[in-house]
Amino acid sequence: MNRHLLSAADLSVEDALRVLDTAEEMSRVADAPVRKLPTLRGRTVVNLFFEDSTRTRISFEAAAKRLSADVINFSAKGSSVSKGESLKDTALTLEAMGADAVVIRHSASGAPHRLAHAGWLHGSVINAGDGTHEHPTQALLDSFTMRRHLRNGKGDLAGVRVAIVGDVLHSRVARSNVLLLATLGASVTLVAPPTLLPVGVEKWPCSISYDLDSVITKVDVVMALRVQLERMSDAFFPSAREYSRRFGLDTVRLARLPDGAIVMHPGPMNRGLEISAEAADGLRSVIVEQVANGVSVRMAVLYLLLAGAPLTDIDYKTLGPS
Amino acid sequence: MSGYLLRGIRCLGGEPVDMHLENGVIAEISEPSKKLRVTGAKTVQGDGLIALPGLVDLHTHLREPGREDAETVDSGTRAAALGGYTAVHAMANTDPVADTAGVVEQVWRLGKEAGFCDVFPVGAVTVGLRGERLAELGAMADSAARVRIFSDDGKCVSDPILMRRALEYVKSFGGVIAQHAQEPRLTEGAQMNEGDVSAVLGLRGWPAVAEEAIIARDVLLAEHVGSKLHVCHVSTAGSVEILRWAKSRGIAVTAEVTPHHLLLTDEMARSYNPLYKVNPPLRTARDIDSLRLALAEGVIDAVATDHAPHSIEDKDCEWQAAAFGMLGLQNALSVVQSTMVDTKLLTWADVAARMSTTPARIGQVANHGRPLSAGEPANITLYDPSITRLVSEKELVSKSRNTPYLGMTLPGQVIATFLRGSPTVLAGELIR
Amino acid sequence: MGSTQGRMVLDEGDLSRALTRIAHQILERNKGSSGLLLLGIPTRGVQLANRLADLISRIEGFDIPVGTLDVTLHRDDLRLRPSRTLTPTLIPVGGLEGRIVVLVDDVLFSGRTIRAALDAIGDIGRPSAVQLAVLIDRGHRQLPIRADYVGKNLPTAMHEAVKVSLNEIDGEDRVTISEVSGE
Repeated sequence: MNRHLLSAADLSVEDALRVLDTAEEMSRVADAPVRKLPTLRGRTVVNLFFEDSTRTRISFEAAAKRLSADVINFSAKGSSVSKGESLKDTALTLEAMGADAVVIRHSASGAPHRLAHAGWLHGSVINAGDGTHEHPTQALLDSFTMRRHLRNGKGDLAGVRVAIVGDVLHSRVARSNVLLLATLGASVTLVAPPTLLPVGVEKWPCSISYDLDSVITKVDVVMALRVQLERMSDAFFPSAREYSRRFGLDTVRLARLPDGAIVMHPGPMNRGLEISAEAADGLRSVIVEQVANGVSVRMAVLYLLLAGAPLTDIDYKTLGPS
Repeated sequence: MSGYLLRGIRCLGGEPVDMHLENGVIAEISEPSKKLRVTGAKTVQGDGLIALPGLVDLHTHLREPGREDAETVDSGTRAAALGGYTAVHAMANTDPVADTAGVVEQVWRLGKEAGFCDVFPVGAVTVGLRGERLAELGAMADSAARVRIFSDDGKCVSDPILMRRALEYVKSFGGVIAQHAQEPRLTEGAQMNEGDVSAVLGLRGWPAVAEEAIIARDVLLAEHVGSKLHVCHVSTAGSVEILRWAKSRGIAVTAEVTPHHLLLTDEMARSYNPLYKVNPPLRTARDIDSLRLALAEGVIDAVATDHAPHSIEDKDCEWQAAAFGMLGLQNALSVVQSTMVDTKLLTWADVAARMSTTPARIGQVANHGRPLSAGEPANITLYDPSITRLVSEKELVSKSRNTPYLGMTLPGQVIATFLRGSPTVLAGELIR
Repeated sequence: MGSTQGRMVLDEGDLSRALTRIAHQILERNKGSSGLLLLGIPTRGVQLANRLADLISRIEGFDIPVGTLDVTLHRDDLRLRPSRTLTPTLIPVGGLEGRIVVLVDDVLFSGRTIRAALDAIGDIGRPSAVQLAVLIDRGHRQLPIRADYVGKNLPTAMHEAVKVSLNEIDGEDRVTISEVSGE
């Protein structure tokens, strides 16, 4: 595995399976009497959040703490960042504090990439969502959830049919999911109005549809993406009602899903817009599980990136017996 | 007798000659077999060097006044001289904006004092580049700086009625409007070329049509009012097609392309390194092919650097927060050699036309871009195309470091630059 | 590291006899199999635990519970090597509470793996006792840990490697000792 996790494209199929398999083991810790492992004792994980996301931050924090890492939460609000301190200066501060890993959420696409490669700090960088680029741990937890439900928690996702519905253009979740699901062998269909699909999407490893009704009967997973209402004022779609009518996951569409198909959403949901309450809370919904699985997957990522020595730093001559 | 005796130089890549420069002009040119002898002249061994008329840049950001931390007239003209330039046109987007006779004269005087090359200020089209009302174009034209090119470069004159008036107004003193073609609504928040790469990187796309739509409108306006239009930094294959069409109709349009748009593609953005963030954005390999052919055919008239220095803090940050622009003066000729000469698209005579003669004509600057013949002003660049060199930070004399060519191997090096018979560069080093 | 060459110290028969002896010792020491639970430490401790469980159940006439315990997450030497892949931890139904847990591993060396195993067990439950069975004790302990059942005590030098091969994984049963290459 790479030292950083910046994009789902960084993961080979072996890497991805290793994360998912490790996450399966990590999920046992949640059920154990002692929900804590000593694995990352003495290591420091910084949650560097330039954008509000309580859910993702708490998930990473719980993951790091279950592995006994020291966690420092550094949020842009109320810090010097809001006073105009640059990403670079923040990075240099974290480097001076000895951060072993920096979990970064940033509104600018590529900010984690810069943090990892500009030479500002030495720790591992984990992308917790950057602008409209990627959110690789969300994709990992989505695949983890799909694999549990559709493949008994083992192996890849070959043959699994996934529809991702909604604002693909602005969605980092969609980008990461398309890449990771393709790596794991699933077949993905993006469903959205053409205004919410990026120019260049034709080159992605997935198919495209503008018609949810023609897709919904032929999928094992339907994932609704959050639609932000401010997109309406930018003329991406005419009205919430029209969006909901054409692309919303409502009761009628829910009923047309094949047996055993599951409903997913990365949250936070706009109930009544991209997903109805019946779909969100129904038997097919695995949305609450996604949250729990998020902790296991992030534990796996932290373990794999942080627990061992980077390959180049190992001096085999000094290795004692194991 | 005195001056400089250049031995064995190849004018425009032709047969070797000896050339004597004296009193600011080319005094004599003769075949080496005639063993030209000049007492008291300093000799430059020019065997194998290409002699070009001193290069003229239509598009330079010198940042003074206002951002002297990024570049000054002095530092920028040093970079120009090392790049083989004897004249540059200083863009108007300074602070204060060069929208009055006072500011353009200040820049013009600073250029005179710096002395590394001639500085011709470009005047703003609209007051403060705000696109609301015309700046005093006539006053700038009549000033000591004798402004002939007007541009809001960095911003597009997007209001069609304002553009029409500007094109009409400059006819009275033979001026030209140099348009930065960028439809503002289509490029709100845009970060890079819209296409396969932007889709993957999640950076907001900058569609080619945002450039092409403005060029199409402006060539029609220029035709309608019978004025001259110059199109800055053409970057797309579609723009080339529109220019080809406009020229075939006899519309008085000229166009420039930057060295970086001839060489680099939007693939560079995959690094998220803001060194590759530029306006207009780097495009695709297909666009590059089209631009190179257009420059070869003359559909694009000139190479202009769009030399845009930025301080480290404006570039050592996340892509979205970074400023647009890259350095260009010092490596322009090498990039042109690599993309146009080594690929057999241009001869050295063509290079002289695209980088000196034609820009001088568009900018209406006397004494630059002249033929290399006896009696002409001694503005000359000597260039060694046989060298290959690794671009490193230490050779940059600009106050900024934002060259996209860092770490690349480029061919050729400017060995000497003469401004009115005096060297500004000798043996690849600045003089003075 | 070492190879399949090297000096043979246990052959198939030796290995089988050693396990049989350990099975009897476990029963003798614990006065039967009541409350016994075997936990194999991956990789080869798992197969050894399964074989011991077979032997014990054959003697006793009924099955005894066997599980596997991955101790990776409790190791203190993780930073010396690239991150290791985890193997499943499988605790038999009923858990460890009040059981006599016999940890099974192939080679006892520094004792660090067993220290990690004791910590891992502590996080899962509270057995009434924990005992340790190993096929080979090669010495060089770095912690105050000793085995309750040993197949063979094998004095070694630090630069030697002990390799346990088992039929289930390696296609043959044997134990060899060799010089560590590349030293």
